Order: sequence, then C-alpha cells, then structure tokens
Amino acid sequence: MRTIAKKKARRGLLVLAATAVLATAAAAAPEKTECLVGAKPGGGFDLTCRLAANALTAAKLIDRPMAVTYMEGGVGAVAYNHVVGTRPGDAGLVTAASSGSALLLAQKKFGNHDADAVRWVASVSADYGIVAVAADSPYKTLKDLVEAFRKAPGDFPIGGGGAVGSQDWMKAAVLAKAAGIPAKTIRYVALEGGGAVQTNLQGGFIKIASGDASEMVANHKAGKIRILAVMADQRLPGDLAEVPTAREQGFDLVWPIWRGFYVGPKVSDADYAWWVETFRKLTATPEFRKEREARGLYAFDELGAAFDATVKKDVRRFRELAREAGL
Amino acid sequence: MSFDYLWTGFGVALQPQNLLYGLMGCFLGTIIGALPAIGPINGIALLLPIAFAAKLPPESTMILLAAVYYGAEYGGRIASILLNVPGDAGAVMTAVDGYPAARQGRAAEALTISALSSFVGGILAVVGLTFFAPALGLIAIKFGPAEYVALIVFAFATLASMVGHEPVKTLIGCTLGLLLTTVGLDPTSGAYRFTFDQPELHDGIEFIILVIGLFSISEVLLMLEHQFAGNLKPIPVGRGFPSWADIKACFWPTLRSSASGFVIGVLPGTGASVASAVAYTTEKRLLDRGTFGKGDLRGVAAPEAANNAAAGGAFVPMLTLGVPGSGTTAVMLGALMLYNITPGPQLFTERPEIAGGLIASMYVGNVLLLLLNIPLIGLFARMLQVPNIWLIPAIVVLSILGVYTAYSSVLSVLIMLGIGVVGWALRKLGFDLAPVVLGFVLGKVLETNLRNALAISGGDPSILLGSTISIVLWIAAAMIVVLPWWLARRRAQQRPLQEVQGAAALE
Repeated sequence: MRTIAKKKARRGLLVLAATAVLATAAAAAPEKTECLVGAKPGGGFDLTCRLAANALTAAKLIDRPMAVTYMEGGVGAVAYNHVVGTRPGDAGLVTAASSGSALLLAQKKFGNHDADAVRWVASVSADYGIVAVAADSPYKTLKDLVEAFRKAPGDFPIGGGGAVGSQDWMKAAVLAKAAGIPAKTIRYVALEGGGAVQTNLQGGFIKIASGDASEMVANHKAGKIRILAVMADQRLPGDLAEVPTAREQGFDLVWPIWRGFYVGPKVSDADYAWWVETFRKLTATPEFRKEREARGLYAFDELGAAFDATVKKDVRRFRELAREAGL
Repeated sequence: MSFDYLWTGFGVALQPQNLLYGLMGCFLGTIIGALPAIGPINGIALLLPIAFAAKLPPESTMILLAAVYYGAEYGGRIASILLNVPGDAGAVMTAVDGYPAARQGRAAEALTISALSSFVGGILAVVGLTFFAPALGLIAIKFGPAEYVALIVFAFATLASMVGHEPVKTLIGCTLGLLLTTVGLDPTSGAYRFTFDQPELHDGIEFIILVIGLFSISEVLLMLEHQFAGNLKPIPVGRGFPSWADIKACFWPTLRSSASGFVIGVLPGTGASVASAVAYTTEKRLLDRGTFGKGDLRGVAAPEAANNAAAGGAFVPMLTLGVPGSGTTAVMLGALMLYNITPGPQLFTERPEIAGGLIASMYVGNVLLLLLNIPLIGLFARMLQVPNIWLIPAIVVLSILGVYTAYSSVLSVLIMLGIGVVGWALRKLGFDLAPVVLGFVLGKVLETNLRNALAISGGDPSILLGSTISIVLWIAAAMIVVLPWWLARRRAQQRPLQEVQGAAALE
C-alpha cells in the first residue's frame, strides 16, 4: 500500500515538475516522431493518429511528417504492452488511446499493467454517446422511449457495437438503470461495430441503438434513423444541434468518449513536456479544428496532469459501473 | 433512377491521371494478392497515407485503392494454383483444383481460366452494383442475426458436398476449424477464451495466420520431404491456353458463381472467403463426376468468379448505407472520412464524381486487369520451374515476413509455424485442409449471430424461423443435403423399371 502511495506521490511530483518545465522552456523536438495505432487500419485509433499526424504537419509543429504505424491486438493491449515493455523510453513515440482503453484497464484486460504504467499526454477530441431508434419508431423523445422500455423491457432488444462490458453495453446499462431495469436483464445484442448497429436498427431487429454520435450522424441526417438524445453535458454543434441532451430530457446520462495519446513510462520529463506543449499549441490551431470537425469529432482538450487525472477518474468510474452491473 | 452519376464517373475514370492510378493499383494489387500474408487490407493501409500525403483528390485515391482491392482478388489465385499457398482469403478454394491442375502441367490453363472467370465475376458485380445498388442495399438491412444463422447453415450444408469419400475426416477437419474460432474475445460476453494471458491472442487466431500456416508451411514441409526422399517429379509446363471446350464447360459455373458471390459479398459480415466456398461446393454438388479436387478447371473458375464478384458486392453497402461490406471496404470508408466525405445514401447525389468515378473505374479496372494478367501467365507458370533450393526458402521467408509485418509479434509467427506443422501432419494422415479453413471462417459468423439472435428473442429459438428469408434458406439447406441422396436412391430404384420399359418399347 505504502509503496503505491509513494509511487503516486512521485508521479504527482513528476507531473508538477513537468508543468514547471513547461512553464519555462520545452525540450527540443524528438528527431523522429511516430504515432502507434493499436489496431487494424481504419478504426478509431487510426483516425486519432492521422488527426494528429496531419494537423502537426499542417501546423508546422514538426519538420518531418509523423509516421503512423500499426500493431493490432486486444484493442490496444498489444500496443500498450509493447510501449511499456519494449520502448518505454522512446521519446518520439506517442500511442493513440481512448476511453475504451481506460475501460480495458479498469477490467484488467491490458495484461498486468494499470493506468500508471504509461504517461498520459493529452486528449485531442471527443465523441459522445447517443441513444437512437429507427426512423419509423413511434418514440420521439427519450422520455417516451424510457417509459415504454420500463413497461416492457423484453420488447426492446438494445444493440451496441461491442461485447458485454464494452462502452456501448455500459451506455445501454446506464439507460436501463434510468428506466429502473437491472442491467443484467436487458436484451443486449453485441453487434460487430457501429455499422451493423445501424443496419440492424433499420431492419427492425433491435429497437434501441447504443452508439457514438460521429458514426450515426450521417444516417440521422439522411432520415434513416432517429437520434433521441446525445449523452453530452451540452448540445453538440453541427448536424446534431437540434437533438436535445439526455440531461435536458431529465436523465443524467453523460458519456464522452475521449481520444488521446500516451507516451512510454521512461520518457524524460523534458520530452513529456515537449509533447504536452506541442499538443497545447496544436489544439489551438485552425488547421487542427478543421481536421477534427472533418472527422465529426468534438472539442475535448485536456493536457498533461489534467488529462492524467481524467484517465484515472474514468478507470475508477468504469470499475464502479462494472461492479454495479455485476460483471 | 438516373445514371448521370455514371457518365460523370466515366469522365472522371478515363482522365489520364486516373487511368494511370487505376493501372498502378491493378498492378500493385495483383502483386499484393499473389504474395501470401499480405492481403488487400495491408496494401490499402500502406497506400492510403502515401495517397493522402501526395494530395491526390479523393476520387483518384478511391480509384487507386479500389484497384488494389480487386487486383488482389485476381492476384490471390496465382500462388494458390502454382504453390498451393493461397495468396489471400478468397483464394483458399482455388487451390483445391488449381494446384492439382498445375501438378498435371496445366498451370497456364488454370491461370487463364481463372483470369477469365475473375474478369466475368468482376464485371458482373459492377453491372450489379450499377443497376441494383439501392435495391441491394435493402437486402443488407433485411438480414438480421437470425437470417445470418440460416445463411451460414446453408453454407455448411453446401459443405456436405466436400465430404467425398472420407466423411469422418471432413467432419473432423471442420470441427477443428470451429474449435479454433473459439480462441480470443467472446464476442457476446466479452470474456477471453483460451488466451493464456497473451494479448496477441485476445483477438483470436487471425485468419491469415491460420491460412499461411496450414497451407504454405505444410506445403514446404511436404516439398522438403519429397526432396529428401528423392521422388520429386519434374512438373511439365504445359501448352498454355485452355481449349474452347474447357472455356465452354466453365461458362455456367462462372455465371452462377458470379451471381451467388455478388449477393454474399453484399451482405456485411460475409466476404470473399464465404462466397468462394459456397460457389465451389455448389458447383461440386451440381457437376462433380469424380473430377473435382483432381484438377477440374470448373473448380478453379467457380471460386475465382465468386471472390471477385464478392469484392464488387462489398461496395454496395459501403456506397448505399455507409456500412462496410468487408474489412477492406472498412478501411476505404476510413479513407473517405479523411477527405471529409461521409459515405452513405447521399453520396450518389452529393458527390457523383466519387461514387460514379469509383464505379466507372471498376469497369475500366477489370479490363486493365485482364489485359495485364493474360500476357503474364506464361511468366507466372514458369515459377514452377524454379528449383526447390530457391523456392522453399523464399516461401518460408515470405510467410514469416508477412506475418511479422502484419502483427509485429513473434508469438504470431510461432503460432503460424505451429499450425503449419499440424497442417503437415493432417495432410500426411489424409485430411483435406479446406474444411478446416471453412469451419473457421463460418464458425465465427455462426456463433456471433446465433447468440445475437437468441439475445433478441430472449432465448426463444423460434426466432430462427421468424422470416421468409430464413425459412427459404433453411429449406434450401435441407434440400442441398437430402436431394442428391434422394435422387441417387430414386435413380437406383427406377433403373430396373426403365430397363423393362425400354425393352418393351423396343419390341
């Protein structure tokens, strides 16, 4: 126990030191920069890395283009172990992560490592959870839906793009909780990604979709599905501006899905500070905002210590939710 | 529906620089497809950042990437036929008849026939895409988990035709494949099964690792064995172009397989490997008189037509629904999003130069691929004359390199080699490897969808018969198993009767 406390204190000091360094002058840029994608090309991690790589070059924050490399396995678990075990001191390497990574850390699915095993640099964007129904569904508001769901939970199979325990499942579980239904009794359908969730919703196989705003917005706009609520603390800009938040409709459901980066545990404080500072500059540039909007993502800039705190808070929250749901 | 977008598209696809990108993509795709371990998905992942950095306009990028995709479906057959090493997922079934044909000195014929059937499959798929895309998009929506279960059961039923003379070995092989799919993340409960705390195993055993191990490593071991036993027969190169009779014999199998391959390709979640398996086993069921599996060219034409048609079909849900029809189209969707283009129903009207350019380029690309492939066949066939002292190390190096590049993990390489040794042992024991691969491919889809269907119904199995599509597929599956057996029995019963009647008529 004491050693952990000590470790935490030391980490806190490091973060403080990093902030101090930051305030004065950041270290020189690493010679070669690389962004590691812990999955197949084309997914969320890839998008996160490309967002950074394109915008860093466009904003001229790095001289040479950032390399994007892939190492798939266990939704980032292989990459996490690789960074901690093989390249802990590589100052040029950032790895894409998301709140999904925090969830897997909470469930101890990243091997023996916990969230303290790496240094969390910055989050660069967020997506938000949504609740959607088919376009021909009789339910027009979240309140109507939750009322009907409460009366006949068996009539509402909920689909999400992940297994039991995934974020889509957790969003479904908190929705069920709001309706007063135990999470274990819902008819959760674990589909293969957000695309399958939308076809199954349109086909009428599932009645409620648990997903993310960015992947659903196109079909919402085209009138194929209807997003009833966004799980954000305020309304989202752009195409979903007219969709009320869950909170506005009387349900305290907020579910941001942040995307960010970490570096290895042995990266020096100076290099860590350089990354934090670089992402601070980056997220303020118009080039970056353009790239972020192009991907249908929303602002969520947290840097250095603040981001580190968010990650650890999420890990605790997920652990709590999983315990409540009886996983 | 108006075809304005297509005319716009041809205007885009025939621009000199886009023709050039298309040709480049076709060429790279053929090579990527021919090399085991590197599939279209890796090829696209490598090219995408280059295209993006070179500031290609989105339609050019899509033309380049799509050309790599269907080029790989053409190329996959080459190593299948020549070396019994499937170059990519869709080419597994091509080896079943293609490799024996090559051993008989008909490599060039098999390569030509497969190039022609690939072309027909590819073109018919684009025609289908052009005329029926919106309607077909609806089919993808009509397929829920229960319908997928029925479809996979149907695919398993066609597999019954693979049983051949050793049904028990086929069933064991299929079961081995099914067992292997249980490794990794349980897609429903999220638990890890048989992963032994190795993160590399969290996603299960990768298809490509299984195929490379089973086929290329076991093939190398067999080659070495023959080499040391000294009973290596020289392979005749053969005469080259197939006879008119061969081409004619392949006509209907190619058309049927193109149609079934296209529809299976349209369904998200099933792809080129399922399509070629269904096509091959269906043709075997319909036509086999003891020649399939021994170098029958129809057994080469069917899976090749199907996997190319499936690649075309995979674009239907991508373009009409914004939902990827395969892993490769998923990466292409990601690519479109890099350009701030949201794929989906509005693509045809809002960005006709992209939807149309892509579709038009597929017509052009298939012609380019045929022109590119036919002259090269002589060259490819000559690969058979490469002495084993070069060939064997080259296959091993490519296999290891391919797996390591794709997964950056030594464990993956070791698993691949281990599977290779098991594959070699199975072949020595007289097992066919195709059922193992099919069990593996179909098993995953079956498990996920069965559990999802039951999750929807709350455990009530009647959901499996809950729609017309499901019922039709179940009946088709039952028929495919029972009908040949029943027909054979009837024939056996009627023969004496007919002979009597025939004798009577003569009098």
